[in-house]
Amino acid sequence: MAVIKVEHLYKQYRLGLVGTGTLTHDLNRWWHKVRGLEDPYEKVTVANKRTEKDDSEYVWALEDINFEVNQGEVLGIIGKNGAGKSTLLKILSKVTGPTKGDIKVKGRIASLLEVGTGFHPDLTGRENIFLNGAILGMTKSEIKSKFDEIVAFSGVEKYIDTPVKRYSSGMYVRLAFAVAAHLEPEILIVDEVLAVGDAEFQKKCLGKMKDVSGQGRTVLFVSHNMTAVRSLCTRALLLKQGGVVLDGDIESVINSYEKTNAENINQNVFFDSLETALGNDQIRIKSISVTPDEIDLEDEILISFEFWSLLPEQKITLNFDLVNIREQTVFSSATLVNAFASEVATAKCTIPGHFLNQDVYYINVYFFTEEMRPIFNKRELVHFEVKEKERNYAYFGKVNGVVRPILKWES
Amino acid sequence: MINTQENSNNAEWTEVIGPKKGLFDINLMELWRYRDLILLFVKRDLLAQYKQTILGPLWFFIQPLFTTLIFMFVFNRIARIPTDNVNPILFYLSGITLWNYFADCFNKTSNTFVANAGVFGKVYFPRLASPVSIVISNLAKLAIQVVLFLVVMSYLIFTQGLSIHINLSILLLPYLIFIMAVLGLGAGIIFSSLTTKYRDLSFLLQFGIQLMMYATPIIYPLSFTQGNMRTLISLNPITSIIETFRYSFFGIGQFDLMPLLYTSIFSFIVLGLGIIIFNQVEKSFMDTV
Repeated sequence: MAVIKVEHLYKQYRLGLVGTGTLTHDLNRWWHKVRGLEDPYEKVTVANKRTEKDDSEYVWALEDINFEVNQGEVLGIIGKNGAGKSTLLKILSKVTGPTKGDIKVKGRIASLLEVGTGFHPDLTGRENIFLNGAILGMTKSEIKSKFDEIVAFSGVEKYIDTPVKRYSSGMYVRLAFAVAAHLEPEILIVDEVLAVGDAEFQKKCLGKMKDVSGQGRTVLFVSHNMTAVRSLCTRALLLKQGGVVLDGDIESVINSYEKTNAENINQNVFFDSLETALGNDQIRIKSISVTPDEIDLEDEILISFEFWSLLPEQKITLNFDLVNIREQTVFSSATLVNAFASEVATAKCTIPGHFLNQDVYYINVYFFTEEMRPIFNKRELVHFEVKEKERNYAYFGKVNGVVRPILKWES
Repeated sequence: MINTQENSNNAEWTEVIGPKKGLFDINLMELWRYRDLILLFVKRDLLAQYKQTILGPLWFFIQPLFTTLIFMFVFNRIARIPTDNVNPILFYLSGITLWNYFADCFNKTSNTFVANAGVFGKVYFPRLASPVSIVISNLAKLAIQVVLFLVVMSYLIFTQGLSIHINLSILLLPYLIFIMAVLGLGAGIIFSSLTTKYRDLSFLLQFGIQLMMYATPIIYPLSFTQGNMRTLISLNPITSIIETFRYSFFGIGQFDLMPLLYTSIFSFIVLGLGIIIFNQVEKSFMDTV
């Protein structure tokens, strides 16, 4: 049975500042409306492409969205930043209205777009539980009956009569989530709230969300954390530039999402001939490739280099830096390669499995002579991503650290 | 066949979120369902106001007392504006007490959307809960100031043998306050709806309310004005409230049901209009605020 039905939903946003220019537009729009004409700015509204500069002042943040959600379903909504996920949740939460189209709903919706909405820093934890609960739609007696449970879940019993401004940020989030976790709506909308709190608390939150869906309630969940989405949701929507590009079971949607992300990742470079190859009059790069294509934490990673040396020297120093997306150099490694003029020289480097953490990496390459005279260098030639496909413990966040070796423990 | 099934299915939807609302599609029942939230907002406002102050609610005494003293000095002693044979302290204090309530209601509700954008942007509840709670929490301040007025009055009666003429119209006091709340709320939410996109009006409002006080018989009795001026000031809906209040304690000024009726109708029209505009704006103000 469908509990949410979204039909031809559109949301238009205007870019830029509000000023006298917008007043002219408003007056013009009003004048068209008075004469029974359609909105003159709807036609100039363009698709939502964040990176492309366009002359149009209006964009469709959402464009013709259609889907249904059945009772008890946990629907993941995924997509890149700016794909329209949050806009969709905002409309579902009634924070803002759609421009066109409508959403039909069966049952009470509670939305959690942020934890601790309406918390007042000067009020105590106790007072804020009541305030926040009421803002989220609970009645006073409902909150009263669940008060002890909420406090126990948050784990801040000792500070319950202290103003929340004296709380650590962790305690604040715990208390806020505890209130939200005890909402009992038929439909729950959750946006990225799992990004906060420590591992233990995340585990608790995910457990709670699983309980919620287990009780036959419907959950809509937005996250960038594919591990969490995969573990919670049964079905997913993939949004791209304000439209639904895929609606299906969780695995296939996530795979497709990861593939579209990977399009920007250049795992191999390859040049056919010496003449067109990247380099200078001393070195030409034929190819650099990283295998396997899909890299898991446990996989060995093989980086293969092929190049032509145009120098009389017989040995070339090949050096590369492995850098992660936050510009931290994980390591630098070099080797001496036998290179004969106009023949392809090759070198291969293996990075062991269970060494790199899950992240996106790129390679900077440097060529030197044996005496370390620089010949050629190139930054960010190839990228690759190390993923974690499966996890068998209850923490779904990224594990800290540049590297993630398996270490010997005794306990 | 399929069609009929869809139709019966449609009837089960409890809510439809669409782009537009009808002009009179106002859900006051929903506001009533959120009454606990309104009361918690009131409690929050009251608690948060005095946290980390030593004098707490005593601060509410200080503002009207000082204003009264300054009015006495400027308007009574220097400008020599009469107070209809009423003790000037009581005359000004009575006017200020009531006026403050109206001005606070108007002022504080007039930026509902802008001031609450953070919360409104994250969660839905009937937006009217915010301004309604402001009007209620201001009652606490009004109560304290009415007590102050009564204390000062008793003091003057006992020490200076002041005679006052309290009469039955004092029973109208709760209604006077209610009407001021209605007018303040109505005017406030109209302004808050008009200022979400273009903030220009909020500049006007600040000194507009201040100027409006001078168009209300606070520092002078209505009997002091004449001719066209008097008609004009009688058109101010607050005038009859102040005059009735003073009449009920001092037996002076104008007491007539007609002006009160005028004020009541005016206030309810403003509130009705306010709710209609507010209801239209609340739907998508987040995009423009």
